[in-house]
Amino acid sequence: MKNDNLSVFTKGIIKENPVFVLVLGTCPTIATTTNLIGAFGMGISALLVLLCSNILISLLRKIIPDNVRIPCYIVIIAGFVTIVQMIVHAYFPELYEMLGVYLALITVNCIILGRAEMFASKNSVGKSALDGLGMGLGFTLALCAMAFIREVFGAASFAGVPIAFLENYKIEFLVKAPGGMLVYGLLIALVCVITHGKAPRKKQFSCEGCPSAEHCHSGICANTENKKEDK
Amino acid sequence: METFKTLIVILLSSVFVNNYVLARFLGICPFLGVSKKIDQATGMGVSVTVVMLLATAVTWPIQHFLLDPFGLGYMQTLVFILVIASLVQMVEILLKRFSPALHKGLGVYLPLITTNCAVLGVSINNITDGYNFVESVVSSLGCGLGFLLAMVLFSGIRSRIDESKVPVPFRGLAVTLIAASFISLSFMGFAGIVDALFA
Repeated sequence: MKNDNLSVFTKGIIKENPVFVLVLGTCPTIATTTNLIGAFGMGISALLVLLCSNILISLLRKIIPDNVRIPCYIVIIAGFVTIVQMIVHAYFPELYEMLGVYLALITVNCIILGRAEMFASKNSVGKSALDGLGMGLGFTLALCAMAFIREVFGAASFAGVPIAFLENYKIEFLVKAPGGMLVYGLLIALVCVITHGKAPRKKQFSCEGCPSAEHCHSGICANTENKKEDK
Repeated sequence: METFKTLIVILLSSVFVNNYVLARFLGICPFLGVSKKIDQATGMGVSVTVVMLLATAVTWPIQHFLLDPFGLGYMQTLVFILVIASLVQMVEILLKRFSPALHKGLGVYLPLITTNCAVLGVSINNITDGYNFVESVVSSLGCGLGFLLAMVLFSGIRSRIDESKVPVPFRGLAVTLIAASFISLSFMGFAGIVDALFA
């Protein structure tokens, strides 16, 4: 049983990493990773919202009627986002400025709604909390990894501290818009190489929860299709 | 004349310079997900444009006549997402009732738009940028058109990618993102053009 709980927690960090494997929440991933502090702040904010909404939705899972569940989830999530927004605004005004509209947009981040739909609405409170924590940590780590690459090579600094010997070799392209997409694409390919394409298919556990599932041909779903054609 | 010029600048800059998908990273999910065929891309783009316009037309008065006078600014996120979700539902019901043909074309994309961050993003950005009502509507029209443009351009590129031989680890999303990065790079060339045109 304990092992089971542990795997619920750890799967979000590596095996089902929301950013590189599930490919959820792409917008903040590219937008807030120009520097490490912003990425970390974004990750932690999303983690808090994910944890709280998972717990509350799991508690209410028997009360919320099935056919109005999505609006209910959105209201719960938006409520927690507002709380997090107020906390960040009060205690970290610089971070609030940096993240701007993306903080409010945690509301429509597919990771949170996806986990509510796929996990919290079917599992006990404890497990949902662990799932939220694991997924949130996975999201934070992925954001930090991307921000690390973009900040060190693009702006020659680490969490705001300049790195002297890279000063003359900045690749400024990386901190701009296209650089984000490029780094993200390369990292997804890297994760695919590391896991030998054995990472769980997106279709199996996240696409069902995603409202775009029917029309979506992206990501890992497309990947499996291509591989089938090869054989 | 001066107002007209401002509006044109807002429109052009939101289509090209501050393109929501390629420069501000909002609405990436549908951009990557629904851009494989050109007809789907157009349908999604048109639906997003319509919903953005409606959402702005509704949320701007709510912010300025309801939230601000009563000091409820902190409810912005919660109120906006609810308004947008119910608006999308209502548009779908109305389309189904009065224009089944249009519903058949656009209806399938409508439910997806509720969770499209570009729609919520444009409503919030219009408030933060301090636009008046007409400017907000024009800016959301521009953002919608920019989204449509990016979707249509990108679906063309993706159909070419499908026919080419891509190294295995890059298949699927990785190569799509890299292609998107190059489009975004080319859109960076628009920076400064709009200001220079109307200087």
